[in-house]
Amino acid sequence: MAGHTQSSGRPNQWLRNLNAKIASVPMILTAVVIFLGGTIWTVVYSFTNSKLLPRLSFVGLDQYERLWDAPRWLVSVQNLAIYGIFSLIFSLVIGFVLAALMDQKIRFENTFRTIMLYPFALSFIVTGLVWQWLLNPEFGIQSVVRSLGWETFTFDPLYNADIVIYGILIAALWQGTGLVMCLMLAGLRGIDEDIWKAARVDGIPMWKTYIFVVIPMMRGVFITTLVIIASGIVKVYDLVVAQTSGGPGIASEVPAKYVYDYMFQAQNLGQGFAASTMMLITVAIIIVPWAYLEFGGGRKRV
Amino acid sequence: MSDIVAFNSVAEEAAPKAQTDRVIAGPRGRKPRRALSGRNIMIYGTLIVVALYYLLPLYVMVMTSLKGMPEIRLGNIFAPPVEITFEPWVKAWASACTGLNCDGLSRGFWNSVRITVPSTIVSIAIASVNGYALANWRFKGAELFFTILIVGAFIPYQVMIYPIVIVLREMGIYGTLTGLIIVHTIFGMPILTLLFRNYFAGLPEELFKAARVDGAGFWTIYFKIMLPMSLPIFVVAMILQVTGIWNDFLFGVVFTRPEYYPMTVQLNNIVNSVQGVKEYNVNMAATILTGAVPLFVYFVSGRLFVRGIAAGAVKG
Repeated sequence: MAGHTQSSGRPNQWLRNLNAKIASVPMILTAVVIFLGGTIWTVVYSFTNSKLLPRLSFVGLDQYERLWDAPRWLVSVQNLAIYGIFSLIFSLVIGFVLAALMDQKIRFENTFRTIMLYPFALSFIVTGLVWQWLLNPEFGIQSVVRSLGWETFTFDPLYNADIVIYGILIAALWQGTGLVMCLMLAGLRGIDEDIWKAARVDGIPMWKTYIFVVIPMMRGVFITTLVIIASGIVKVYDLVVAQTSGGPGIASEVPAKYVYDYMFQAQNLGQGFAASTMMLITVAIIIVPWAYLEFGGGRKRV
Repeated sequence: MSDIVAFNSVAEEAAPKAQTDRVIAGPRGRKPRRALSGRNIMIYGTLIVVALYYLLPLYVMVMTSLKGMPEIRLGNIFAPPVEITFEPWVKAWASACTGLNCDGLSRGFWNSVRITVPSTIVSIAIASVNGYALANWRFKGAELFFTILIVGAFIPYQVMIYPIVIVLREMGIYGTLTGLIIVHTIFGMPILTLLFRNYFAGLPEELFKAARVDGAGFWTIYFKIMLPMSLPIFVVAMILQVTGIWNDFLFGVVFTRPEYYPMTVQLNNIVNSVQGVKEYNVNMAATILTGAVPLFVYFVSGRLFVRGIAAGAVKG
């Protein structure tokens, strides 16, 4: 696999930096065998009719046709779209507003930041179970509000198929906005103070300075944050398992769960591979434009 | 392809910037005025409300875990316990049931320890040497593999899981702790290698050159010069790995058998098991116990945690 290292023809090429090459063997194996090989393997087998065991009998696009005919997959994709769009918008907006507030030379900044970020230290399982408890209609927020006098108050997102995905979104935002806030805050701190002075001298209101000057200057931070959030969204799995196990019915299924269930429980590997290939394509759609912007356009940064 | 590093730059800058600039700069150069201006009330008011929102779940968790079941059925979740009991904690730790086993979370806890400790050590050892090789002993082709590795970090795990199952099965370690440790090492590699590569590349080159002139080799330079200078980044990597591996669920479910389930998997099984009466107080105690280790790491390590997770957010 490192064949072209040799290409210069000198026999001692191989022995140059031998220790460095040995040290890199785990990385090379991981990159080539697991990441590249594993991905190709899964994509290839997604065109077969593997059931209980993977086998190489190709059936063309059958698995994909079946996938896109499956109501459960369609629900999964729809959920991911709703969850993804709202989680991107809310994470960025909430994260930025909080960062802007934190950037006003406030006291106890450390305390506030510690409080906002601690959920990020917790696993999705823990987050999901806590919110499952808070959103429990019998004991949680709904029951508390009802006991205060609003007898008909209804807030049971995890038990209502129409809005269950928003219940998951609440937990996801609680867990993740702290990180976005931290990234945004770092971006804001990187803005030159003279910009603010100049804007003030020109009499531009603060909100306008933020929207038309500061945010465009933070383009890099926004893109990075966007990519981080987006690649996390596609993988969302634990949170759903902990909060609803995909229910009620199939109302909160997501693609990552579809993949897991078909590979390890329904013993229908072909479907699992096809679904995971779709996930791969989604990520590629997110990553490629970013990589192009970051690395393709002129190589400004070194 | 060295500008892949740029991706990491935000994260790397986050911590020190935030620290040094706080006192000096901030975007609005005016000095603080009266404490009770309308603007201040609005800012602090908003932040306090937000902080309460973030704290609420933790508060409810603790309160619920200290109540008896009768009190939970009657009272509201925000009320502090009338009668404090630690029984739910004892039960969660020692006798809650998952499937056939009724030995509580303690088994999962020790499994998680047995998974986290070696995975953290092995992955950091491999990635630090690898990052050092990439930064200081460049060889042809290395950047290509490194690029594949970093791009691979974005591929959903689901795409690679099954081939890994096959590989581990062929090696005879599917379902064992060893298998899971290898998996954590593999998936920790992109971000850790990036972290170490950037760090070593940032150290003054003269040090390395001087050591070379003195005749030091690959390993001597690593152990005698690089390692002693890199304690901070090792701590960051450790925080990143310990919290990440402890919080993992997917790999634990896929690559281990029930007797080796890590704490997160066991917790989910305890809480979401269908049979029996739901003991919410025990569930919440179990949830806190599972979150305790990463929370402890978070509160103790402070700013280093921010650096770690910001760098590692790619992985999550």
